[in-house]
Amino acid sequence: MTTSTPEFPDRRTRRRVLWSRQRLSGLLWQIAVVGITIAIVGWLWSNALHNLSVRRISTGFAFLGREAGMPIADSWIAYSPKDTYVRAFIVGIVNTLRVAVIGIVLATVLGTLIGIARLSSNWLLSRLAAVYVEVLRDIPLLLQLLFWYVLMQGLPAARSAWKPVEGVYLSNRGLVIPSVPIEQGNLWVIGALVLGLIALYELRRRLIARQMVDGRSRRIWPYALVLVVGLPALVSWGLGVSWTIAIPELHGFNFVGGLTLAPEYFALITALVTYTSAFIAEIVRSGIQAVDKGQWDAAKALGLRRGFVLRHIVLPQALRVIIPPMTSQYLNLTKNSSLAVAVGYQDIVSIANTTLNQTGQAIEAIALIMLVFLTISLGISLFMNWYNARVALVER
Amino acid sequence: MTTMTDTPKDLLPLARPQYRRTWAGRVIGWLRANLFASITSTVISLLLIFVLAKALISLVLWGFWNAIWTVPGDQTGACRAIRGVGACWAVIPEKFRFILFGTYPFDEQWRPALATLTFIALFYLSSRRGMWGQKLVVVWAGALILIGVLMWGGIFGLSFVSQDRWGGLPVTLILATFGLAFGFPLGIVVALGRRSKLPAIRSLCVLYVELIRGVPLISLLFMASVMFPLFMPDGVNIDKLLRAQVAFVLYAGAYLAEVIRGGLQAVPRGQHDAADALGLSYWKKNGLIILPQAISHVIPPLVNTFIAFFKDTSLVLIIGIFDLLTTAKTSIIDPPWQSFSVEVYLFVSLIYFAFCFAMSRYSKHLEAQARSR
Repeated sequence: MTTSTPEFPDRRTRRRVLWSRQRLSGLLWQIAVVGITIAIVGWLWSNALHNLSVRRISTGFAFLGREAGMPIADSWIAYSPKDTYVRAFIVGIVNTLRVAVIGIVLATVLGTLIGIARLSSNWLLSRLAAVYVEVLRDIPLLLQLLFWYVLMQGLPAARSAWKPVEGVYLSNRGLVIPSVPIEQGNLWVIGALVLGLIALYELRRRLIARQMVDGRSRRIWPYALVLVVGLPALVSWGLGVSWTIAIPELHGFNFVGGLTLAPEYFALITALVTYTSAFIAEIVRSGIQAVDKGQWDAAKALGLRRGFVLRHIVLPQALRVIIPPMTSQYLNLTKNSSLAVAVGYQDIVSIANTTLNQTGQAIEAIALIMLVFLTISLGISLFMNWYNARVALVER
Repeated sequence: MTTMTDTPKDLLPLARPQYRRTWAGRVIGWLRANLFASITSTVISLLLIFVLAKALISLVLWGFWNAIWTVPGDQTGACRAIRGVGACWAVIPEKFRFILFGTYPFDEQWRPALATLTFIALFYLSSRRGMWGQKLVVVWAGALILIGVLMWGGIFGLSFVSQDRWGGLPVTLILATFGLAFGFPLGIVVALGRRSKLPAIRSLCVLYVELIRGVPLISLLFMASVMFPLFMPDGVNIDKLLRAQVAFVLYAGAYLAEVIRGGLQAVPRGQHDAADALGLSYWKKNGLIILPQAISHVIPPLVNTFIAFFKDTSLVLIIGIFDLLTTAKTSIIDPPWQSFSVEVYLFVSLIYFAFCFAMSRYSKHLEAQARSR
């Protein structure tokens, strides 16, 4: 079969002729599309400016410096209604992150367990896991959230709180658990623990690198004991830090001491974690199934145990398949945390919404929501891409 | 059987044990293989059986044994007396018309009911492989017009019912279906745009997709409900449902565009070259050669996107549109029925579940078909 075309003596001329025609039409298309987009945006913008001036709403972010006058019930940083909108927004961002980070961690743990349970050779366990996944995936998250919230509200009052374990109370005031009051001394110990963990991680990396060279496996647990237990204990003892545990007690109608998770927060976390874990379970299951069956057989032939094979041979390989869809689940969880507004947990969306109602600054408030979420999404994507690159590098 | 006695012990498992031949023996064999294969498995099984039995017993006690199925009128005293001990299913027959159809005029509610059935028939027809193609476009157009006539009325002797009286299941189905019907072509155009060689068009499409996918749906709905009126000239007042619908179309468009883009990437390069060699124009090439292949590659993920989208319509609760979830939540504001939200939520969950489960089964079936081909 010949590919030459009779009209053009050589391929260069032919390509040039074709190119110029394509380029011209391409240019026209682009000008048309961009022009129409600019015209629409410009028209919308001029309408907005007109409407805002009619309603006497000043554009811009000057309102952020004004007093918010908005009560926020559940906040981890000091806040009073006399503070500015900026501070209210920061409280909202912290509240969103508090849900997103804890939700992601818990959903990953629960989802992985359920994903593995679905592959269990125990019929009952794998059936139950399948039912869990199917039911939770097919009901809207908002409905589940409202459901959990209603259940929370239906719990007994504080006085007759449900007490599963000593010091843990579940009532319509939320979940109250014992806590350790954190002071400066405690922070030093936590710092030492983090330092120990980093050192242990580095040490493990080096030990593995040496194992790669000579094939001898080295014990790591003595180092782990020293770095993760010994070092913080030493710091704690040296500084004379006290580790009193504050056990919550019922005084009148409420609890004193301990850490309280408000019903709104508890319902939101429960709904997000159970819902997302169903999706994560499916991702983990298909990731594990994507690993070649020969890997299992080879490991079994070497006499390795099932748990060991799963942890050291199958999961590391499955991770490569798992991570990209997992990233989008993390992003979904973070975005879904905005459903908080439906149960009155004051996350960034809820606070921006209140601000919008109080000041009428609709464009600014929604722009702030979008900015916050785009930033968080970008952060998660960057982190997961970095992690993905690391995992993928293991390939040899 | 005489040979069996001589068989060395390690070869025994190869022979079919005698107890497997009886019915009871087979059950025991199955139990041993699937529930009590090892010590760990046995412990897990016993634990699960214990927990499951306990949960089932309390569920049956609450949902059936102690439940109250009817009460006279609004006399919910008996129901409130057993709160937490037994369910009050009486709330469902009392409220189901409101939950399903909202504030649609009571005597005309056969119209939204018929519209709902039309939707279900439409979904069923769309799932038939024989219908895929241009026939389906015609069916969709016809069905959507029929639904519009039924819901609005105003012709054929039907009285006019304005959108703000609509509610319940038809609204959920309208938001989801119209969102898809318009979001799908939008998604195709954007997916093509994102793979276009023209930089301006490509960057506009990337900006659109990433912006929509980067923010929560709620912020888009807020935009539609509070920001959109600001962007309209004086006197133009677009209905709230329509604004939410526009937000859903934009939202669906971005997500569908990403799925379709995945399909476009799976079409081999040679298909493009072949189409170019035939001298087809850009639109003909994509419409006749590339897109049909790309879309058939991604039908299972498309169905999954539909499921997600169907569930996401419930978010309109937050901006106060009367979809199925909002009517459910509103139906229990009535003081005598206030404390029976669990029952109502379970009822609505069942409806959502039925739709999503059907779609997810269908998606599994398609995947299995794709694998076997």
